[in-house]
Amino acid sequence: MAVFPSTAAKAHADRRPSSARQREGSSRPKRRSQRSAYLFIAPIALGFLVFYIWPLLQTFWFSFTSFGVFGGSSWVGGENYSRVVSDVTVGQALGNTLLYMGMGLLTLPVAIVLAELMNRKGLRGVPVYRALYFLPFITMPAAVGLVWNWLYNGDFGMVNQALSWIGIDGRYWVSDPSTAVYAIGAVMIWSHVGYYLIIFTAGIKAIPRDYYEAAQIDGAGPVRRFFRITLPLLSPSIFFASVICVINSLQQFDLIFVMMSPENPALGETQSIVTLFFKWAFDENAQGPAAALAFLLMLLIAALTYLQFRFQKRWVHYA
Amino acid sequence: MPEPATTTPAAPGTRPAARTGGTGPGARRGRLDLGGLATHALLSLGAVAMVFPFVWQLLTAFKTMPESVRVPPTILPSEWNWDAFQQVFSAVPFTEMLTNSLMNTVGRTLGQLVFCSLAAYAFARLQFRGKNVLFAVFLSVLMVPSQLLVLPQHEIIQRLGLLNSIPALFLPGMFSAFGTFLLRQFFMALPRELEEAARIDGAGPFRIFWSIMLPLVRPALAALAVITAMWSWNDLLWPLVVNTDPSKVPISAGLISLEGQFLTNYPILMAGSVIASLPMLILYVLLQRHFVQGIALSGSKG
Repeated sequence: MAVFPSTAAKAHADRRPSSARQREGSSRPKRRSQRSAYLFIAPIALGFLVFYIWPLLQTFWFSFTSFGVFGGSSWVGGENYSRVVSDVTVGQALGNTLLYMGMGLLTLPVAIVLAELMNRKGLRGVPVYRALYFLPFITMPAAVGLVWNWLYNGDFGMVNQALSWIGIDGRYWVSDPSTAVYAIGAVMIWSHVGYYLIIFTAGIKAIPRDYYEAAQIDGAGPVRRFFRITLPLLSPSIFFASVICVINSLQQFDLIFVMMSPENPALGETQSIVTLFFKWAFDENAQGPAAALAFLLMLLIAALTYLQFRFQKRWVHYA
Repeated sequence: MPEPATTTPAAPGTRPAARTGGTGPGARRGRLDLGGLATHALLSLGAVAMVFPFVWQLLTAFKTMPESVRVPPTILPSEWNWDAFQQVFSAVPFTEMLTNSLMNTVGRTLGQLVFCSLAAYAFARLQFRGKNVLFAVFLSVLMVPSQLLVLPQHEIIQRLGLLNSIPALFLPGMFSAFGTFLLRQFFMALPRELEEAARIDGAGPFRIFWSIMLPLVRPALAALAVITAMWSWNDLLWPLVVNTDPSKVPISAGLISLEGQFLTNYPILMAGSVIASLPMLILYVLLQRHFVQGIALSGSKG
């Protein structure tokens, strides 16, 4: 960023002496650089066109059509959308998805506290801690799901084993409709805490040490320093993290898909919008409604992101 | 904020305390160690929660099926046996799946490095008409959730006759708006003098890009490569959509079929998940710095 003003000034200076001779001299390389710029962009532009932009338009078209069993499609207007809006399973999936989002957001305070603890001056072993906390994030979600299913296992899982040591009767965490969604949410938190920890660590490192030292000399304790210095100065990072967190947790798929086998009695209680989409699109051949559902999900994501940007002025302090 | 002037005289006095105590400045030593100890206690408790599932996964993989369901559980396997690992490879084409994952990962990562760096350079350093409009289009691709594209993408792969093939796994993933955006930020920060000197020496745009600018953004390329490799290796939804032939799916989808086959035979499932996640763990241990940098970079543009 620091380079920007000087380059801008230079570009400006280049343009100003516009004598005919100079313009003539610079036009050929300029045209050449224009042409090569398009060549530089062409491969990825082609890829985007074929695999992203065209499919986006097509999904939009799909969402207004119905597919026949023997191929072919016909325009059905808003029928798919009205099916999505009136379908009870969609309502349930939306509720679950918002619940996942809420639990996902709980990861942020945990990560902030961890980042603050690791920021303690002179603390040893911080790189080791950071590496260990980051481990779940890089692990394949499919593998994570299997491991946690084993830990949650009602008869032989370590979670119930540990609970029995302190005299609590465990349950079948992932097949009990009243606990399954929270069991999955806990795994989400477990696997993402390291990611946010890195974001917040970078944010905290950017806060000048002097602030803390000055506050300490003025008699502020660690708790007060956390609330008066760390939190406000970290707010841009927190804002970014919450935007990312909302976008990601509204698109939960892998963990749910792996942890909930098709015959699990808690399937409906854990289904997210994306797992429902997958079921409609590829198991039940209901592409039209699936496309409509995907569009509504995008609108939801866009709306929540917009709201976050809208209200950031109230709490985000940019230094 | 307190007046900076009042803090400066006091600051030197705190230094020696910090040096001898090794922890925070300004307070008594005994209390400080206690605080450090409490911090360590909290952080290690969390670290145990992070690591225990992996430990238990590994221990279970070496147990026999009857031993894995013994109550109360044995902590260490009474006999370390590799049966579960062998069964994984005989039950599903696990070796092929690992190869498929590898090709998927390499394909997507190389594709992104080439295509994103070319486009990022043009957006950052070249002047051309329609640049802003094109860049806005690129950014909007970044915002579309992937599920929205999956149905037509599947149809396109089908039309290309590529269902159940390796290219199907990596084709759409080779093009990334995020990668373009990330690298663009780096190219923007490079000094313009380098390019101008090369241009005066008669180097063409591609030459300037390849031999002067690209080497300068190597850290960003490494970070992008590592992050892309991670997402590609772990990806599940897209492979499930395009490939159903067991010999053409990556290891993530292989775990799903393993789960369908063995239900609650956890030694086998754990052995499979150890093998599936091990390559990424090794890469992480070797390239930890780039992982962290990639994450921090993608996190700092908010």
